[in-house]
Amino acid sequence: MIDPQLARDAVRLAMECGATDAECTLAEGQEFSAQVRMRSLETLKDAGSRRVGLRVLVGKCVGSAHTSDLSSAGVRQMVDSALAIAAIATEDPYADLPDASELGSLSGDLQLYSDDIQSVDTPARIQAALETEEAALSWDPRITNSEGASFSAYSGERVFANSRGFLGSYRTSSCSLSTTPVARQGDAMERDFWYSSARSHSKLDSPAAVGRRAAERTVRRLGARKVPTQKVPVIFDSVTARSLIGNIFEAVEGDAIYRKASFLAGKLGERVASENVTVVDDGEMPGLFGTSPFDDEGVPSRRTMVIERGVLQGYLLNTYTARKLGMRTTGNAARGVTGNAGVGHGNFFLRQGERSPEEIIRGVRHGLYVTELIGQGANIVTGDYSRGAAGLWIENGEFAYPVSEITVAANLCEMLMDVEAIGSDLEFRGSVASPTLLVREMTVSGR
Amino acid sequence: MPLSDSFFGQKFAITEHDLESYLSEALSAGGDYADLYFEYLATSQLTIDESIVKSAVQGVSLGVGVRVISGERTGYAYSDDLSPEKIRRAARVAACIANGPSKVDKTGFVKNGINDARRRDLYPLVTAPNETSLAERVDLVKRADRAARAADRRVFQVQASYIDSLRQILVATSDGVLSTDRQPLARLGVAILAREGDGVAQRGYSGGGGRVGLEFFETEKTPEHFAGEAVRQAIVLLNAAPAPAGEMTVVLGPGWPGVLLHEAVGHGLEADFNRKKVSAFSDRIGQQVASPLCTVIDDGTIRNRRGSLNVDDEGVATQENVLIEKGVLRGYLTDKLSSQLLRSRTTGSGRRESYQHIPMPRMTNTFMLAGDSDPEDIIRSTQRGLYCANFGGGQVDITSGNFVFNASESYLIEDGRITRPVRGAMLTGNGPEALKHVSMVGHDLKLDEGMGICGKEGQSVPVGVGIPTIKIDRMTVGGIAG
Repeated sequence: MIDPQLARDAVRLAMECGATDAECTLAEGQEFSAQVRMRSLETLKDAGSRRVGLRVLVGKCVGSAHTSDLSSAGVRQMVDSALAIAAIATEDPYADLPDASELGSLSGDLQLYSDDIQSVDTPARIQAALETEEAALSWDPRITNSEGASFSAYSGERVFANSRGFLGSYRTSSCSLSTTPVARQGDAMERDFWYSSARSHSKLDSPAAVGRRAAERTVRRLGARKVPTQKVPVIFDSVTARSLIGNIFEAVEGDAIYRKASFLAGKLGERVASENVTVVDDGEMPGLFGTSPFDDEGVPSRRTMVIERGVLQGYLLNTYTARKLGMRTTGNAARGVTGNAGVGHGNFFLRQGERSPEEIIRGVRHGLYVTELIGQGANIVTGDYSRGAAGLWIENGEFAYPVSEITVAANLCEMLMDVEAIGSDLEFRGSVASPTLLVREMTVSGR
Repeated sequence: MPLSDSFFGQKFAITEHDLESYLSEALSAGGDYADLYFEYLATSQLTIDESIVKSAVQGVSLGVGVRVISGERTGYAYSDDLSPEKIRRAARVAACIANGPSKVDKTGFVKNGINDARRRDLYPLVTAPNETSLAERVDLVKRADRAARAADRRVFQVQASYIDSLRQILVATSDGVLSTDRQPLARLGVAILAREGDGVAQRGYSGGGGRVGLEFFETEKTPEHFAGEAVRQAIVLLNAAPAPAGEMTVVLGPGWPGVLLHEAVGHGLEADFNRKKVSAFSDRIGQQVASPLCTVIDDGTIRNRRGSLNVDDEGVATQENVLIEKGVLRGYLTDKLSSQLLRSRTTGSGRRESYQHIPMPRMTNTFMLAGDSDPEDIIRSTQRGLYCANFGGGQVDITSGNFVFNASESYLIEDGRITRPVRGAMLTGNGPEALKHVSMVGHDLKLDEGMGICGKEGQSVPVGVGIPTIKIDRMTVGGIAG
């Protein structure tokens, strides 16, 4: 536990030394991980660290500094450093803190911290990792090797104080279980993985379930072929659809909007997606990874409608981007412990549809089901989209064979308009979530 | 140099006796090997954005990591507090991995003082970053901003940032190594957006640096150089058509396109993957994995390069490692643990992001040696294909060997001539296969400008790449045009 007073003291010191406004973030974290591989323990890591960061305004000039030295000398040096930077910065007419009336914190138990993780001792954590790997290794004889399995746990606390009177803190915890099996057929090897993560140990999937799912995902990749280049319907499974939804976040965050560096900039109120598409950012949902009582500027988290039935309804903003756009912050400020805040998301998700993933697959005569995307091929400025992919080929509504070493490409503007079906399988395994989704047509590049 | 004269000796009064006692504590529950990694990192970052110095950050990070190895097991703990009781506590936590009586009788360091890596100084600094004023650094980003705006009226957004750091490390190991190093790193980057009228905007980025001081940006690669390059790339894209889709001949230009080697072969040759036999290159030493025209090197000893190090993060001197010689796989990149388990020598490739991270085998500067073809002949010999001048990033699945990387600047080659620019090209291939299709290698080897960051298992480290112009007869290009 850290003393929240330290953040308030740093703010006060900065004000005494000449700042006209100041904000301070204190973060403490404890990490644990146990990694096993081929049925024996390989790595144990157990440690913690703390960090403090400060951002000061001197008029409209900004400076920031951070340190891992929380002694009074360390804090003093950080204050001096931030003020020295403010002295060489240029006046930025939009630099500010949130208005006092915008500050606040959600009340009630958001279920972000759970004691039950601490009560699982190290031998039990190692055992969980061993069982997860074992479940994968014993699932199919073609699984001959493994990159291992791990149990990890994290707990931390975040304190934020500013010169407009805000002082708040909250604790979070999380744990996860994952494994990466390797399958072999002839000379070819394939790997895939699966994981479960939760803020409470009681919400974690069982080792058997995680191991089995990892094994299924790995084995079905064996014997992958490269298909001829063609245009076909493409289904993104819930894992890969998530990254696509993440691209929508990048296109609606205020920084990209005010710079006109997004294919969605200037389209508020316009139809940007198929009518079945509704995208929401919700920082209030108890127990989830994108939830917090307040954002990294001390503004309460909230729910923002981003795309409603295909129409772009809102951007996600912090104080700075809101002022640049002549709008109000949506409580989406995000940063490490220092510097000007960027924009982050709460639980950012595509609302689920009514059809099961199986039903969607059955409806495709000839197409691709994507289970993995690699590379950075989404250009948010232009919407150009081209990424490496692996998955399963669909013939007459059924999986025919695995495919790999291909790319899928289109433009994000068209892809959003072309969303034909959305699955009923929305699950929050992280702060971005999506059900299975079907895009009417994309270019698959292969042979 | 005695320890007392080193950075950690001076600033934190750490003695050999202290180090020995921490290592003893780490080995108190058994264990074959233990090491300590002390790190003091001072960073600064300045950004000019919309011609305003909106953001600047200075920071200090300090800590020590303690590792204990027992057989194939690793125990790891760290502390951001260098007080003896906190370091001992971390040592005891790391020690938990081992059980049984101590296998190491006594720890002690090689007698002739510490192995001061600066005796071999790959990055002598005229001025350390922390000895230059903030104002001088601000001037660099202001110059970049002005140059980019003046270069073309279609430029409407400019962000330029200068990031530098000075890392002091001390590595002490139970097998007697005591190493220190002082590692500077600096990078200037310019990102711009340009558009014609109401058309679609295009992004341009250029950046570089290395283990250099501020003067590098005054004399060798100026802010105006990077600004001009960023603008040039964006303007090319304004006139680009969508990239083609399908299999075709690909010609890579010299320099940064060497990222192909990093993805296609480099990661697959890191020894941790190979000792676990999960890499597409496992058990293939001595086999032909590329065309005989290809010789691929990983060299951590090139002066002032971004990926270079006097010693790696396990205190071992870096070296030049031949990965592929005339197409034949020669060796892997190892750290202490993997070299022990593979019964080979460490190649000085043990790297880590910070004291909070366990070292693992990583690349340094990875490049292909020059061949003897004239780059112009390479293009002239290509009927139809894609010429890639610059890349964004890439990614590889080391188990199947499949990789991708996206071309940020590419052109069609038609009838032996570079013709129209195209955008959004993504290349994909398979590591052990792709380089077998290399049919020509140019004489124009060029290293990149110094902006590479490599991520592996959540750890980022700076790296360099390089390549001459090469022709790959067959590769899949993922675009949208037919």
